[in-house]
Amino acid sequence: MSDSTQLVEAVASGEGLQGMVADWSSDKEAFKNVPWGKAMMWVFLLSDTFIFGSFLIGYMSVRMSTIVPWPNPSEVFALNIGGTDFPLILIAIMTFILISSSGTMAMAVNYGYQRNRKRTALLMFITAAFGLSFVGLQAFEWTKLIVEEGVRPWSNPMGAPQFGSIFFMITGFHGLHVSIGVIYLTIIGRKVLRGDYDRRDDYQSVEIAGLYWHFVDLVWVFIFAFFYLW
Amino acid sequence: MEKTAHQTHPISTYLSIWLLLFVLSTFSYLVDYFQIEGNMRWFLILVFMFLKAGLIVSVFMHMKWERLAIRGAILLPPLALLVFVALMVIESNYVSGSRASAFAPVTFVAHE
Repeated sequence: MSDSTQLVEAVASGEGLQGMVADWSSDKEAFKNVPWGKAMMWVFLLSDTFIFGSFLIGYMSVRMSTIVPWPNPSEVFALNIGGTDFPLILIAIMTFILISSSGTMAMAVNYGYQRNRKRTALLMFITAAFGLSFVGLQAFEWTKLIVEEGVRPWSNPMGAPQFGSIFFMITGFHGLHVSIGVIYLTIIGRKVLRGDYDRRDDYQSVEIAGLYWHFVDLVWVFIFAFFYLW
Repeated sequence: MEKTAHQTHPISTYLSIWLLLFVLSTFSYLVDYFQIEGNMRWFLILVFMFLKAGLIVSVFMHMKWERLAIRGAILLPPLALLVFVALMVIESNYVSGSRASAFAPVTFVAHE
């Protein structure tokens, strides 16, 4: 009898090992109708938001405090097509590619909920292909900057030396996210095609992968605005 | 299947958002193309950026159809970054000022 009163007290106060265990195992669901995998992906994306947020704040700080002029991204990222210079054209193309991939991903999630196995897999592979071409263009951009323009993390001929370090850090980290996303989508897409989620009658893995992919696009929206357009 | 039922929307929802994102991206590219400068440039860049981010999060990431508990848990914490921004603006102005007075007094240009 006293044992059970002790337990009741521990549960009520939340103190001691019993109380803590009772709290963690109290089977309360804050996020109703949200599968745990999706909730965890959201928490991960929240932490990633802080990583990219801190990167962009670091960029803001060096750009505001430098007394050497900042290189003009509009000119740095211009591309000569057929004799005319288009400002920022490569970055614009990369932006459209990433937005298109977000659109195909959203449709893949939608077809997943309609239990349309083939269309879901096809749209996921198209999304991954868009992602791959984005990374390819980024590799081209980096090569051009390093080889032709002589941009290094510690110096560049156009102005403030911090330009290089910030550029390589932010776009590099974003490119890494895209590359991981391509691998992730390919793995999940293969499972869709194989029929894993039909057997389980549960396509939430597609939606979770979709959240990650949309986040990668979301980060690019901010990088595009702050780094390339500002 | 109530859990998944609320996530089915007509494909046209996604196509129209996709189109809208294309248009907004074109607009932000045009800001650079036409070399709009000054406060107008900042204003337009930020407006198009927030509209795009809002569409992606609310429709593509389905936040619009989630319950308030998860919307609040995910969308409110990033606001703390604004405090960080404010602190670093103060710090950067100080660094910029001391660099100007210590290293290159003549070329100093104040940041707004």
